[in-house]
Amino acid sequence: MTGIVIVGAGECGTRAALSAREAGFEGAITLFGQEGGMPYERPPLSKSDAGAVVRRAICTEDTLDKAGIEYRQNIAVTAISPETSRLSLSDGSDASYTRLLLATGASPRLLDCIGSEHAQVLRSYEDARAIFSKAVTGKSAVIIGAGLIGLELAASLRKLGMSACVLELGPRALGRAVPEILANRLVLRHRAEGVNFRFNCQIDAIASDHILLAGGECLPADLIIAAIGVTPETELARQAGLDCNNGICVDDQLRSSAPDIFAAGDCAALRRPDGTIQRFETWRNARDQGDLAGRNLAGAEARFSALPWFWSDQYDLGLQVVGDVSGAPSARRTISPDNDILFWLDADGRLIGAAGLGTGRSAAKDIALAERLIEAGVSSSSEVLSDCTHNLKFLLKCAKAA
Amino acid sequence: MPWIDACATDDIETEDLIRFDHDGRTFAIYRSPDDEFFCTDGLCTHEQVHLADGLVMDYEIECPKHNATFDYRTGEAKRAPACVNLNTYPVRTEGGRVLIEV
Ligand SMILES: Cc1cc2nc3c(=O)[nH]c(=O)nc-3n(C[C@H](O)[C@H](O)[C@H](O)COP(=O)(O)OP(=O)(O)OC[C@H]3O[C@@H](n4cnc5c(N)ncnc54)[C@H](O)[C@@H]3O)c2cc1C
Ligand code: FES
Repeated sequence: MTGIVIVGAGECGTRAALSAREAGFEGAITLFGQEGGMPYERPPLSKSDAGAVVRRAICTEDTLDKAGIEYRQNIAVTAISPETSRLSLSDGSDASYTRLLLATGASPRLLDCIGSEHAQVLRSYEDARAIFSKAVTGKSAVIIGAGLIGLELAASLRKLGMSACVLELGPRALGRAVPEILANRLVLRHRAEGVNFRFNCQIDAIASDHILLAGGECLPADLIIAAIGVTPETELARQAGLDCNNGICVDDQLRSSAPDIFAAGDCAALRRPDGTIQRFETWRNARDQGDLAGRNLAGAEARFSALPWFWSDQYDLGLQVVGDVSGAPSARRTISPDNDILFWLDADGRLIGAAGLGTGRSAAKDIALAERLIEAGVSSSSEVLSDCTHNLKFLLKCAKAA
Repeated sequence: MPWIDACATDDIETEDLIRFDHDGRTFAIYRSPDDEFFCTDGLCTHEQVHLADGLVMDYEIECPKHNATFDYRTGEAKRAPACVNLNTYPVRTEGGRVLIEV
């Protein structure tokens, strides 16, 4: 086997395989996935508020067949030899590649307290089945970690009639990714739905039916979930001697430190031209980097520049975030009592980030426009952005005409 | 198939869309940058979210949920996660009204 080989049939690997073909690559494309079944989307797994866990395929078997992609499921790549361009496989055989993409994703971080094995994690369809099979009305769930997945699970389990308590080590929810104003709104909503929160909460030990907190308190629980973040899957890359630093290091063409080996998606740590390193854990990044990696595997030399973007759904609220939203926002546009858009400007007044939270998709159009304004490098002011009568599409048209 | 009077031409801004429900079905009606009118199914083919909250840029509609894009003139799915095209329906305008054949 020569040609393009992709390790990991998640969002990123699958997209890369299709994209390499779309880019006109005519040789063999092989996609290895250690999970069985058709590649599927992970985001619905934490949003299973109807009870049944959805396994939404990324594409049909037919799509892969028509694109001439050989999908080898239930096979893990166990070692890479960059010197010989060969791979070892879990079925004992080996394979060779001309160009290789590592799209190995990430794995849930595990707690390091006594009894941590009693806490379920959520990454795969099987994980979701194990969790939701225990979602019984009237029973109690304790979720460790007030991140996006923890809060989505809290919402889903509440809707299924479980009680839900969220334990968070830090002082607030969604500390890493979501602006505080919007995180607070989400927590308020969770509280109104009956979810309990414990912040600054340290766990001593876990047993099958309870959690011991550092102060000595014992919390009974029928279902215990740990949603405390992920670590990138870099083991293969490290063993092969590739540079890794909280992810497989890649340049802006998604090339690793070894010739002909690329990495993309949750497992990749992207070094920007300015030297900063960024790793993303979002669905759209997996799609966008997969798309670009596929083209570059096929011979292009495209550079990655897509803006970070993610969404979350909790109850009937939709959150969308684009660009750089660190620090205090520069402007707040209140479109209705339950729909806020926040904007971030840099020191020169250029728009660099936006975040919106509203019922349904009410924030979506403004975030889509903000994304285009950021891409176009448009400058604005807090006054204009805070004022709903200033139409964002009009700003974009003016900028393009100028 | 019957022609249905859906809305006034002025009900839709240039380069925008509205939702139109008829007989238990839901549609999206678009007005292009050059003031032509088009009609597609209302729901995204990915997760059945209504496209009415989405953004129209040129001849594309971007789904408000996970930003799949479609060419609303042909219904063609242009960007993942959508891989199934939208159905499109004939449109004509008459005396300031938009009629769709569904
Ligand atoms: C429950 C949940 C909800 C989420 N919700 C959202 C959301 O609402 N919005 C959002 O933006 N993002 C969300 N995400 C994040 C998003 O799903 C991920 O960013 C995305 O899946 C990353 O894609 P990936 O292909 O890089 O990695 P993965 O999806 O992890 O895929 C990697 C694949 O590679 C396989 N693999 C690894 N090593 C090997 C090997 N050696 N050999 C063969 N196969 C291998 C793995 O088994 C896996 O199937 C969510 C994630 C989860 C888990
Ligand atoms: S529902 Fe339209 S892109 Fe997902």
